Amino acid sequence: MSNKVLVTATINDEEMSFLCEPRQSLLEVLRDVLNLTGAKEGCNNGNCGACAVIMNGVLVNSCLVLGVEANGATITTIEGITPKEGLHPLQQKFLEDAALQCGICTPGFIVAAKALLDKNPNPTEHEVRFWLAGNLCRCTGYDKIVRAVLDAAEIMRAEKQTA
Amino acid sequence: MQAFSYVPARTLSEAAEILAREGEQAKCLSGGTDLIVFLREGRRSAKVVVDVKGIPELNQLSYSPKEGLTIGAAVPCYRIYNDAQVIANYPGLIDATTLIGGIAIQGRATLGGNVCTASPAGDSIPILIAYEATCIVVSRNVTKAIPLEKFFLGPGRTVLQPGELLVAFKLPPPKPNSGAAYLRFIPRNEMDIAVTSAGAMVVLDEAKANFVSARIALGAVAPTPLFVPEAGAALAGRPVSDEAIEAAARAAQAAARPITDMRGSAEQRKHLSYVMTKRALLKAIERARGGS
Repeated sequence: MSNKVLVTATINDEEMSFLCEPRQSLLEVLRDVLNLTGAKEGCNNGNCGACAVIMNGVLVNSCLVLGVEANGATITTIEGITPKEGLHPLQQKFLEDAALQCGICTPGFIVAAKALLDKNPNPTEHEVRFWLAGNLCRCTGYDKIVRAVLDAAEIMRAEKQTA
Repeated sequence: MQAFSYVPARTLSEAAEILAREGEQAKCLSGGTDLIVFLREGRRSAKVVVDVKGIPELNQLSYSPKEGLTIGAAVPCYRIYNDAQVIANYPGLIDATTLIGGIAIQGRATLGGNVCTASPAGDSIPILIAYEATCIVVSRNVTKAIPLEKFFLGPGRTVLQPGELLVAFKLPPPKPNSGAAYLRFIPRNEMDIAVTSAGAMVVLDEAKANFVSARIALGAVAPTPLFVPEAGAALAGRPVSDEAIEAAARAAQAAARPITDMRGSAEQRKHLSYVMTKRALLKAIERARGGS
């Protein structure tokens, strides 16, 4: 029953093949098989958003996806959002705006915020709060996180204009 | 989590074959937002998980003014609330699909899953009942159409037999001068399970002054989502008035048979059945009269 299945997926722009058991979540596969430990296990039941990844353009909680479901999928994790050099504007602004304390929720927030800004580069504060309602932070409260996302959005819009 | 094998089914007949062979040992996976948690926590067991979201019939989302709306059981919420035809013709479905979980849940969670989990508080169910949804169920030999209000037996229990698969929901086209709405009561703004909820669909006459008919269903006030035909009957043929709405809300309250649990007391839920019915009706009437 525990026969492993061969899965091929494009993860962070790189085609990867791996073996996984059907019962393993995508989160377990990312962390334990592929050594992509950016996505975190918080609640493991879909409440906290610490394991968020973008799968085929859609924000999902990787603890609620089976690794085998990733076959043929395109996945972006926090590692894929981080540029080769320096930081993504979201990462930069989370640092500058002190939008984290312990940091466990941060990758999930940044991945979720990236999914929002891909779709809506100029969100209102209300839209940011609504979009991030599925991500829990137990340290900072949310004001600084929301401000960091809005600040990053501004920078990304400016970068796009000059590009 | 216990070990199981995984089959990504590509056709209805392939899925029906496996379900017939494995019976209760097979579980259908669509969005996984309930099933994966249930398997992990040992609340359900499976020898085979059949991934049904690659089956075309479970992925259809189509509308025609003549046939109405077909929603495949494995269509995720985000596809439903981004669909122009659903937005234009079934705003009550937008109410429900935008408040199930957060964005990451809506990216995966499906109406088929919400219905098969059969929680009395399932947010898509009262409005689907109000919209007169029919469940299309397929097994190896038979295709059945079951009105959604007859689909539930108790918490987590449905009429689906081993070997049967929920394929899609069919909703009739909206009648002229009709409107619908779904509302739930929760003690916070978002991201919670209904203490009590109500879905309502009203059909008005041409002058938009009288009720022709209405369908009302409640969530979280009985062992199953609760269709309340008495509430609709209290409106049919009467003028749109405070008195008629009051009578319907009282009928819904009388039909509710809630329990006390961590989310609310039976007494509070009784009261909320009245309040939420009234509010859902007012919103549905507003929409029938051309409001958003």
